[in-house]
This record gives sequence, structure tokens and C-alpha cells, in this order.
Amino acid sequence: MESILEIDNLHTGYGKIPVLWGVSLRVEKGSITALIGSNGAGKTTTLRAIVGVLPTWKGRIVFMGEDVTKTPSYLRVEKGIVLVPEGRGIFPQMTVYENLLMGAFNRRARSKIGDSLERVFNIFPRLKERLNQKAGTLSGGEQQMLAIARGLMALPKLLMVDEASLGLAPKLAIEIMELIKRIREEEGISILVVEQNVHYALNIADYAYVLETGRIRMEGPANEIAKNPEIIRAYLGMH
Amino acid sequence: MEAKNILRELARGRMITNITVAAIILALLTIGIGSLYSETLSYYRETLSTFMMLFSVVLGLNIILGYTGYVSFGHAVFFGIGGYTAMVLMYYYGVNVYLAMIIAALAAMAAAQAIGFIVLRLRGAYFAIATIAVLEAFRVIVSNVEYLGGSEGLQLEASYYTGYSIAGYRGQMSVHYIAYFLLLGTVTLGLLLNLYVSRSQFGAGLRAIREDEDAAEAIGINTWKFKTLAYVLSSITPALAGAIIAWKRNIVLPEEFFSLTLSIESIISVMLGGAGTVLGTVTGTAIYHTVKTIFLTSFPSLHLIIFGITIAFIAEVLPMGIIGWLRLMSTRLRFLLE
Repeated sequence: MESILEIDNLHTGYGKIPVLWGVSLRVEKGSITALIGSNGAGKTTTLRAIVGVLPTWKGRIVFMGEDVTKTPSYLRVEKGIVLVPEGRGIFPQMTVYENLLMGAFNRRARSKIGDSLERVFNIFPRLKERLNQKAGTLSGGEQQMLAIARGLMALPKLLMVDEASLGLAPKLAIEIMELIKRIREEEGISILVVEQNVHYALNIADYAYVLETGRIRMEGPANEIAKNPEIIRAYLGMH
Repeated sequence: MEAKNILRELARGRMITNITVAAIILALLTIGIGSLYSETLSYYRETLSTFMMLFSVVLGLNIILGYTGYVSFGHAVFFGIGGYTAMVLMYYYGVNVYLAMIIAALAAMAAAQAIGFIVLRLRGAYFAIATIAVLEAFRVIVSNVEYLGGSEGLQLEASYYTGYSIAGYRGQMSVHYIAYFLLLGTVTLGLLLNLYVSRSQFGAGLRAIREDEDAAEAIGINTWKFKTLAYVLSSITPALAGAIIAWKRNIVLPEEFFSLTLSIESIISVMLGGAGTVLGTVTGTAIYHTVKTIFLTSFPSLHLIIFGITIAFIAEVLPMGIIGWLRLMSTRLRFLLE
């Protein structure tokens, strides 16, 4: 299989404090790849480095065969690397509609706004009902939907979703996970999910990486990782 | 409301704003021209001149504070840079005020680029404090540079003004009239800049930064470039006003041109009207300036109290400002009031 994203020996951190100590991973085209691990393992940091909000100290990030290690983040978005940030990162004072339009900020996405809106409403019909509501007044689940929808408006080739289940009731979290799966199936977009809730992530993913204190500890097909006794003990809370 | 209706309401709102802005400029122009021929209008000319001086700073500030969400607490620094640049050119080189204004604006833009390079790395309260520090630093440095007149300032000779004339008024007699029209030009430019920011893709990017800078970066906005450009644009009209006032008052003084009071007054005006709205800048400045003038003439020693009262009022009752509050009332108004 062809890979859409390849990270090789990535080192980064905040200020002078290193967080990632040589992370290598691949996202295959059209797949859902999960990056799991506990609090503080460096999952969010990895995503922030991929989208370019954090500089890469050492190592290489290759997106669709092109080295983007030194590309500024706004250009990476234009190339199709889109992050749905943790804590949703929606614009609370803007309406749902305005948030969606903001998603299509890059030049490539701007010309296809009408088209993208239709596709987004097809997946998230609830957002259409809330079009003129301020995003800050949406429920948690709706805000997460909006965050993902806004990500889709940017016409991603690789959509990275950070902790989509965070703070959501289990039923809603599962609904969001199903929607992520639909995005892959209907839009053919490659997806990288980061989850603390290992169970949700392994359920929808094809392949998974386990991150521990800034290093990849384990990798493999999601169903195999889910059966790994170590993983079960450490993350799934079973003995 | 469907997307199509939103666009229609937005277009209608823009029309209302255009008409309001045009009406304000026309009214100010009429009063200015009228004052050339009528004694009674001269009083309004002076009141409106001070109004437009404050308004010029407000219009600049609204771009960085209102649209971008960066509370520039020492925005008068650009008023000072503009005033001093113009004065140096007029005092030492005899440059006319028109050219001095243009150079003053360019100097302020260059300064904004340089200052922004440092202070725009900070966010929230840290940014606000840094901008106060910059303002104070400029004031202290200028007070101690002999070339700039130190704490005594620089003062133009009466002979400098001989070349100016308007509608039969010559030399120093013409200054108040010419300054009025120059301020009106500055205000017009400021309004156009605000309208541009309000309606452009660039402005949408700034609003995203105001809402959540990290998210803005994640959706592909070059935040550094955007906020630097906003800061540079926000320095133009304050600098022009500074240059005009330096010329009009024929003197520059450190504490009057690098003034924390002027900075705070412009913040109050922006917040009172509604940060990040075009109509709010006019409303806020007009109300603040009117109230201040009334207090200044009726209760001269009490006028500073309105600072406190207004700030407390905004914070407690109207955190969104008057226009911002009206926009909250209904979806319709949100699209109608720009």
C-alpha cells in the first residue's frame, strides 16, 4: 500500500524540553490509523508537529512523497494536512456557518465552498439545523461535529482528529467515531486519530501505534493490538 | 436562515454601513466648508477636530484590538511617532505638512513592523503590558534626546506657516481650517481601512485569530503574517493624526504625544461602541467624546472620573459594546450591523 504520510525519527518539544524522542510512523492512503497512548505520551505533540504548529527539531515529515519538514503550517494545510485540534478549537463567537466558511480559508478550498458545504451537511445534517447559532452555544457533541466539519471544509487529504471523544457521553463518542468512519468510506480521506480512549480508537482503526513517553512502543493492525495482553492490561482496564 | 438569506442580509447590512459612513463624512465635510464662512460653525470645527483626532487613533486601534483581539494598550505610541517624525521634518528641513504626514505614516508603519516583531509574540495581558512598556520607553527616550527637544519639545516658528492658505485665510490663520480637512481625510482613510478589514478574507483571518489563535493556525492561516499586517495597518491613522496635530499645535511634547491617557481614551471608545465593528467605532468615540466635553466644560476637575465610570459600565453591563450588544439581540441585527 502507498502511504500518504511518513514520519521518520521525529524529535520535537516545547521550549527546550523534548517531548518526542524519535517517533516514526506511516499513514496509508485511505486508511484510518490510530495513535494511542496515555496522558502525556506525546500524542497531541505529534499531531502539532505534523501540521507544523510545532517546529521539527530532528527527523523528517513526508506528505504525499514531498518533504514538508520545513514547510510553514499554513502551506501544509493548503497541501491537505488538516488538524481537528483537541478541545475542538471552534470559534465560539462565530456562527456555525461562519465557522464552516473559516474552514475553507486556504486558496484551494475557497473555490469549492458551495460543494464542500453540501458534502458536510450530508454527513452532519444536525449542523444545517444550527446554521445561525453561535458555535459556543452548541452542545459538546455538536461542537465536536462542527470541529470535524470545519476540518472537512479545508478539503483535507489527511484528516487528523485529536481526542474527538474527549468530554463526550459514551453514546455520543461512539456516534462521532462512526461519523469518522463514514468520512473515510464516503470521502476516501485518510485519517489519523489520536485517542486516549483506546477502545474507541481501535474499534474504527485499521492500524495502530502505541506511543509511550515520546517513543513508539508498539505497532500493528488494530485488531491485533486490541488483543495484545499488555495493551489490554495497560489501557483497556482488564486483567 | 438559509445561506442565501444570510448573504442578502449581509449585503443589506453593508449597504446600511456604506450609507452611514458616507453620511458621516459628508456631514463633517459640510461643517468644515461651512466653518470657512460662518463664525458659529467655528466652535463645532474645533470640537470636531478633537473628536477626529481621537477617532483617528480609535480607527487604527479597532483593527488590532477589535478585529484581531490584541489589546494594544499603548496605541498612542504611533500618534507620537507620527507627530515627532513630522515635526522633525518640518522643524529641521522645512518640509510641508502634507509630505511630512506621508513620511510620518511610513515611519509609523516601519516602527509597527519592528515593535510588532517583538510584542506580537506575546498574547493577552502580556501583550497589553508590553505595549504600555513600549509607549513609556518611547516617552522617556524622546524626553532625553536633545535633537527631539527633550522634555521641552520642539516648537515651530510662526514664519514656518507663511506658505499655507485656504479660502482667503493665510499663514497661521489658515491652520485650524486646513488641519480640520486633513483630519477628515485621515478619518476617511481609517473608515475605508476598517471597512476593508471588515469585509475581506484578510479580516476573516484576523477574526479567527481573535477567537482562537491556535485553531486559526490549524485551519491554515498564516497567523504571524496576518497579525503583523494588522498591527502595521493599525499604525497608519494614529500617525497621520499625530502629524496633523503636531503641525496644528506647532509644538510636540513627550507627555502629550506619547500619552497613556490618549491610549486609554481610544480603548474606552472602541470598547464602548463595540470592538471589531465599523459602526461601533463611530458610536463609541462620539459618545465618549461628547460626555467628556460636557464634563470638561461643566465639571473640569471631575472629568477623569468618567474614565472609571465608563470602564466599570462597559465591563459590568456592556462587555460587547453598544453595537456588539445590538448585534446580540437578533440574528438579523447581527448581519445588518457591521
